[in-house]
Amino acid sequence: MKVRILVSLKESVLDPQGQTVRNALHTLGYHQVKDVRQGKVFEIELEGLDRAEAEKVIPEIADRVLANPIIEKFSWEILEA
Amino acid sequence: MKFGVVVFPGSNCDYDTFHVLQNVMGQETVFLWHKEHDLRGVDCVVLPGGFSYGDYLRSGAIARFSPIMREVKKFAGSGGLVLGICNGFQILLEAGLLPGAMLRNKNLKFLCQHVHIRIENNRTAFSSAGHRGQVLRIPIAHFDGNYYAPPDLLSELEKNKQVVFRYCDENGKLSEEANVNGSAHSIAGLINHQGNVLGMMPHPERASEKILGSEDGKIIFRSMIDYLEKKRGTGKKKATRAFRPTVTPLPPLIGTF
Repeated sequence: MKVRILVSLKESVLDPQGQTVRNALHTLGYHQVKDVRQGKVFEIELEGLDRAEAEKVIPEIADRVLANPIIEKFSWEILEA
Repeated sequence: MKFGVVVFPGSNCDYDTFHVLQNVMGQETVFLWHKEHDLRGVDCVVLPGGFSYGDYLRSGAIARFSPIMREVKKFAGSGGLVLGICNGFQILLEAGLLPGAMLRNKNLKFLCQHVHIRIENNRTAFSSAGHRGQVLRIPIAHFDGNYYAPPDLLSELEKNKQVVFRYCDENGKLSEEANVNGSAHSIAGLINHQGNVLGMMPHPERASEKILGSEDGKIIFRSMIDYLEKKRGTGKKKATRAFRPTVTPLPPLIGTF
């Protein structure tokens, strides 16, 4: 089973990396870019779990390890069952 | 007193810290390998600076799962003295031994420079040898030192006087400019509510000898030794206080990754 987990800073936390990317895009003339938030993508392959079990394990992994819940939020999707 | 310096793969201030504790402060010091399950009877644990596990994922995020960290958590839980310096501070935050988190420095640069910090609270086991408002000159060297905590946590930390050090200018004034990494409330050093775990981004071990340009870092180590001696009630204060600049060769590191 292939899973994609997206980790990014919470809206309440300043993201200087995202701002720098936005400024660079503005410099290049892409003034339509209103805001940029930078994050991390994890592509994880799971085995030996059915969908219900995976749906329990994935947020646990994200919350315990991949994201720091104080500053980050996460979302996830199952790409291939 | 017996100090233990934890060595993670990627620690790089472990020998400096060992040197200062043993040769400058005259204390028995041992290295504690991250795979160990035993703190070997130390009175104090120091998590040194560096890039534990390459700082992959987030600074300090992987190190907190090391076997030795289980013991450090137990030790801290029973009131043992724990000091985290730089990456050690980041590990303490990730391990939940201190509240809050670290963000990338506000200017997105790795900062390696001397800074001034002000002692905000000298009634702690890590700052009692200094006085309140005293300005210390100690270097920093980090990428992720921009301390973050949600507003309600920040007011709680202030109320409990858990902010021990703040970035300031050489006259002790706080300013946005002096707060080089952008930390919330200019926080450079933070203690837990129980008062036995302190994390700080500046490196006191790099400012404990005259030849290195500052001896202000010794105030932190001196405070810890005083606290431990008082706790143990030893009468031999003078003997252990003596400055012994002997250069003892450091033991080789034993262990595999």
